[in-house]
Amino acid sequence: MAIKVLQAGLATTVQDAGRTGYYHLGIPLSGALDQYSFRAANLLLGNPEDAAALEMTMLGPKLEFTQDALIALTGANLPAKLDGVAIANYEVVAVKAGSVLSFDFLKDGVRGYLAVAGGIDVPLVLGSRSTYILGAMGGFCGRKLQAGDVLPVGACSGPSQLGRKLPEHLKSVFAKEVQVRVLPGLYFHWLTEASGKSFFEDTWRVGPEADRIGYRFKGGRALEFAARERPFGAGSDPSNIVDAGYPVGSIQVPGGLEPIMLHRDAISGGGYAMIGTVISADMDLVAQLQPNFRTRFVAVDMAQALAARAKSKQRLTDLRAALRT
Amino acid sequence: MSLPPARYSFGGDEHIFVELNSEMSLEAFFKGMSITNAIAQRKIPGVTEICPANASYQVRFDPDLIAPDQLLATLQSIEAELGDSALELNTRIIEIPVFYNDPWTNETLLRFRERHQEPTSTDLEYGARINGYANVDAFIDAHAASPWFVSMVGFVAGLPFMFQMVEREKQIQVPKYLRPRTDTPKLTIGHGGCFSCIYSVRGAGGYQMFGITPAPIFDPQQSLPYLKDFMVFFRPGDIVKFKPMNRTEYDAALAQVQDGSFDLLIRPVKFALQDFLRNATTYNQQLTETLYGN
Repeated sequence: MAIKVLQAGLATTVQDAGRTGYYHLGIPLSGALDQYSFRAANLLLGNPEDAAALEMTMLGPKLEFTQDALIALTGANLPAKLDGVAIANYEVVAVKAGSVLSFDFLKDGVRGYLAVAGGIDVPLVLGSRSTYILGAMGGFCGRKLQAGDVLPVGACSGPSQLGRKLPEHLKSVFAKEVQVRVLPGLYFHWLTEASGKSFFEDTWRVGPEADRIGYRFKGGRALEFAARERPFGAGSDPSNIVDAGYPVGSIQVPGGLEPIMLHRDAISGGGYAMIGTVISADMDLVAQLQPNFRTRFVAVDMAQALAARAKSKQRLTDLRAALRT
Repeated sequence: MSLPPARYSFGGDEHIFVELNSEMSLEAFFKGMSITNAIAQRKIPGVTEICPANASYQVRFDPDLIAPDQLLATLQSIEAELGDSALELNTRIIEIPVFYNDPWTNETLLRFRERHQEPTSTDLEYGARINGYANVDAFIDAHAASPWFVSMVGFVAGLPFMFQMVEREKQIQVPKYLRPRTDTPKLTIGHGGCFSCIYSVRGAGGYQMFGITPAPIFDPQQSLPYLKDFMVFFRPGDIVKFKPMNRTEYDAALAQVQDGSFDLLIRPVKFALQDFLRNATTYNQQLTETLYGN
């Protein structure tokens, strides 16, 4: 069983739950940016929750199936067609051998997930099938899909879940204006008091440079770092620190101009002061922000971050319960 | 030199970031190495990543398995227990051949001149001038003469940050580009702040470019002998000695890389911080003898 890539789409990659244990060598987590949607696609099919799937970005691919298969689409609303006939998202759909899956223009969100019963069967690299493009490793040949690629699909063991749907209340809703919760810290105290406030007061727009490595934000007031003696080895700009590790989700502001939030393909460290970190519960939300969408950053404390985390864990628990096989 | 107490800060609900000192020093780096080694030995449930850096470190954890405050207290107690203990490190010294002032980084720097502090000179000319060297050759000699500590691995896969083992007044310091380049040749030797690096992959970068090495240091295919154990070559604590090479030697090495016969000179070595601090010049001579001796 295999999937032939007829057209690649904008940035289609193989992703799973991610790669743990190598961040200290610069190899990032990787994995599906919207983990909830990714897991929902696998759970619908009765796959292991972390089976490898395709992450599709804004513009979907065109794919031909060599054998009969079961698929599920989740995440961004990329209207799908099978041999030209519309099919539903969030539902297990049968695909006949020789059928072609294609997509219309994106309606909501950014990243859609296509899971196949049996999972995408690329080799494990350091314990994961996720693609890390900067390092040219994992996934399919360490890169985005290209026309002509043939993706192997794993053997399907469980019973067929054909026709199964996700309950409405368990589907993600993607808004054009969002609030992203941030735990201030790290080098937040390097900002002037005024900039520490304006960062959370201003409305920011997602810049065109928004990808798996990070999201750049524009449109807020420039941030000022308070005058201080430059630490030896840090570099001359007030936003420079002695190169250090970057938390996943951390926000840096090179030159004080445009905040950059790192996502799962994060560069693991560097020399720009980080002023806080997006909480784990909001990482999926950021993954679905389109360029120009409006964002407010909301300061929270650790107790609020942990409460939000518990709530998103509960949603995943509900998803598993609803799709138990 | 004694360090101030470390500064602890949470990076969201899944990271603790620990700044050992705001400025770079071998003492801060060594403190980070000993603390992160101790954390690894404890095998703390819920800790998923332990990342030493130049003068800081961070730990990634699952707060469902260990409460953030509990982990914070554990890290603070490890810092207190270790104190200012004299430090020794069993490590390795590695010779990295470098083609300084090569045509590829020169071609690249010309493409990004408008992003540089001094568009009329090359990165090497600029670095030589602001560090008080008479010319580029003298600057290259200083870069290659004394060994470097790998004080952090990261940014992208397998990229080593290196800190030269000389007195602070002798350290080479240059600012990063005003705006980062969108391109850097693979295996470029870069320098920013007081750190040199080797760009393990082609891509964006802000460090000044001084040369290029033929030696791959990150390869998921693990084609060369010294990458058989793992796809990333460098570890924090490695000691690097650069060796200048010319175009003919570079081309020969590159041919060896392509046919799989290229290898690096690597020797085990014991590093004692106090001995080094007593007399860096003598200590570095001994290190070099270990590398090239029989």
